[in-house]
Amino acid sequence: MLEIRNLHVSIGDRPILAGIDLDVKAGEVHAIMGPNGSGKSTLAQVLAGREGYAVTAGSVRYLDRDLVGQDLLALAPEQRARAGIFLAFQYPLEIPGVANVQLLRSALNSVRLQRGESELDAMDFLDTVKSKLALLDMDESFLYRAVNEGFSGGEKKRNEILQMAVLEPRLAILDETDSGLDIDALKTVAHGVNALKHPERAVILVTHYQRLLNYIVPDHVHVLAGGRIVRSGDAGLALELEDRGYGWLIPESGSLEEMRP
Amino acid sequence: MSQPEVSHPDARNAELRSRVADEYRWGFVTDIEQEVVPKGLSEAVIRLISAKKNEPDFMLEWRLQAYRHWLTLTEPTWSSVHHPAIDYQAIHYYAAPKSGSQPKDLSEVDPELLRTYEKLGIPLQEREALAGVAVDAVFDSVSVATTFKDKLESLGIIFCSFSEAVQKHPELVREYLGSVVPYTDNYFATLNSAVFTDGSFVYVPKGVRCPMELSTYFRINARNSGQFERTLIIADEGATVSYLEGCTAPMRDENQLHAAVVELVALKDARIKYSTVQNWYPGDAEGRGGIYNFVTKRGDCRGDRAHISWTQVETGSAITWKYPSCILRGDDSVGEFYSVALTNHRQQADTGTKMIHIGRNTRSTIVSKGISAGFGSNAYRGLVKVLPSAANARNHTQCDSLLMSDHCAAHTFPYIEVKNPSATVEHEATTSKIGDDQLFYLRSRGLSEEDAVNLIVNGFCKEVFKELPMEFAVEAQKLLAVSLEGAIG
Ligand SMILES: Nc1ncnc2c1ncn2[C@@H]1O[C@H](COP(=O)(O)OP(=O)(O)O)[C@@H](O)[C@H]1O
Ligand SMILES: [Mg+2]
Repeated sequence: MLEIRNLHVSIGDRPILAGIDLDVKAGEVHAIMGPNGSGKSTLAQVLAGREGYAVTAGSVRYLDRDLVGQDLLALAPEQRARAGIFLAFQYPLEIPGVANVQLLRSALNSVRLQRGESELDAMDFLDTVKSKLALLDMDESFLYRAVNEGFSGGEKKRNEILQMAVLEPRLAILDETDSGLDIDALKTVAHGVNALKHPERAVILVTHYQRLLNYIVPDHVHVLAGGRIVRSGDAGLALELEDRGYGWLIPESGSLEEMRP
Repeated sequence: MSQPEVSHPDARNAELRSRVADEYRWGFVTDIEQEVVPKGLSEAVIRLISAKKNEPDFMLEWRLQAYRHWLTLTEPTWSSVHHPAIDYQAIHYYAAPKSGSQPKDLSEVDPELLRTYEKLGIPLQEREALAGVAVDAVFDSVSVATTFKDKLESLGIIFCSFSEAVQKHPELVREYLGSVVPYTDNYFATLNSAVFTDGSFVYVPKGVRCPMELSTYFRINARNSGQFERTLIIADEGATVSYLEGCTAPMRDENQLHAAVVELVALKDARIKYSTVQNWYPGDAEGRGGIYNFVTKRGDCRGDRAHISWTQVETGSAITWKYPSCILRGDDSVGEFYSVALTNHRQQADTGTKMIHIGRNTRSTIVSKGISAGFGSNAYRGLVKVLPSAANARNHTQCDSLLMSDHCAAHTFPYIEVKNPSATVEHEATTSKIGDDQLFYLRSRGLSEEDAVNLIVNGFCKEVFKELPMEFAVEAQKLLAVSLEGAIG
């Protein structure tokens, strides 16, 4: 589904990612872990198409039916979204005055059009959204609040998952959706992600902690440090990191702000 | 803050109204087609205008007084707008549209303007009218026009051109003309008082709720009444009226200077809601051409519990200079001002409001949303004045600016004068730049960049749009989208 080869990314003239290789196949869940500042969000943002990062080498190919083998990096963010890529932001943005329901509807319709489906009318749309609210144990009042405005940290994260549930992406990238959540919220988020699991979909979980992985069991775990994937393994690797921290995996040159999760 | 309960016209109604309007337009044009007065301003010109319009003596006298006063004034320089000097002797103060300069068909019209009409979904026939094409089709709508007028007349509502009101209801004109904006008020209002040619007149009698939005008449009026319009709206005790000025398609216009005056009078328990969409030609991207729009709009809450609400969406004109205001004379009277002003390219806007609290327990609300794009410059200028008599007066002002580029500017000039210690006056102001992060967030949900910009801008304007009659609000959103095309950067 996703094939990242030797990806190098800089911000300004400072290299952040220094040769990432990653293969994500349909049906898989990948966890990307690593200390603060190791480049996890950078990777997530580059995959979603954020401008302001310089890709200095490497390639990212998205192997989905519409875009078989296409260079993902050449696409605008909205094209990637319409092709089924979704990023749950580590820091979701506030859009004052715009009701959540308005954004959800525009987003869903633009994605549906791309899939060759018709726009949903108001009634069908509301039905769809309400079933997702129920799945995530969210109150309907969420729909009529301005996007993320005045939301608590936990509400913002849940709102990202609501958007994901409505858009039903093929590749969902969750950037630290678990941080700042209490255990109940964490379970709800995990429930939302698990409900999305499908043999034709894939999930990349960027997380700092092992905790979330108790609820969403990954097929692969990767440790990002110093801009590289320094170790890959199965779910057991996450447990090992929980015990031993990241220190033993850090390349000598890597200077890190934080040695333990 | 609630709207007067006036019915939202359905689509059929809208169509009828536009046909009525077309009829009206033609009636009007033939009236003045022959008459062109030489350029320049003098007592002779004013006498001529008044004579052509067959005005009663009091009108001529009033115009002459205004003219004599105008001669003693100099053009104001206090606003933050800049423009080359206006040559007042180079203007035709009374002229039908110059037929030679009118396009014969749409192929002669600026393609940029046509593209905009297409985007706004304006019907073809209407596009021609807006673009000033000399259409000679006559619509079979005399009876429609009559039905429309009959309905209003049966309720005692007078809704006609200002000229007609002068002929048919001189006593009302005489009583109320200049009673809110005296001819001595300011340079442009004084000029208007001397030379105005036409505009709209509304009178709603005691206790009557006007059952429809009064609108399209003006759309057409505005096209032909030229640069010095005069509008007078009177809501008698307990009356309610909602008036829509302007239309949401940019109009081709040859007049550079527009100096209109609008006077609203709300008596005891009356309610007037006045909504404007102003989108005169803004000039091209380099700032050439475009209208100078210098308007004086004021409402007088003359009785207790009177309520006047101004809502405006300003996207046009090269220069806009306008401060719709409320005089809160009656006890418990309420004034509201909701404004969206957008400047793109080289446009300049200096707009805001004045709330003058005189009565006890008077309340005012100001919500101003300024959007600056390109090299546009946008200033909010507002005065809240609480006189010693205005015990327990309350004002809340919210003044927000949104910047779309690195070259545009936003300024806020709030003036507050409080002479009664029991008053509460609150002012909040924010300035934000449309963020790359916000845009990326929305685009990562599948929205195009253009849709993302529009969503953010509409969210920013929401508090104002919700005050507009529904039909108008939808059009206003479309208009903002068109005005902002390619504005990001
Ligand atoms: N906009 C930016 N400008 C400069 N440096 C940045 C920017 N964003 C991130 N960085 C730097 O890039 C490195 C990686 O950041 P990030 O991808 O957010 O790490 P993580 O998500 O793993 O904590 C950090 O050292 C961070 O300070
Ligand atoms: Mg991060």
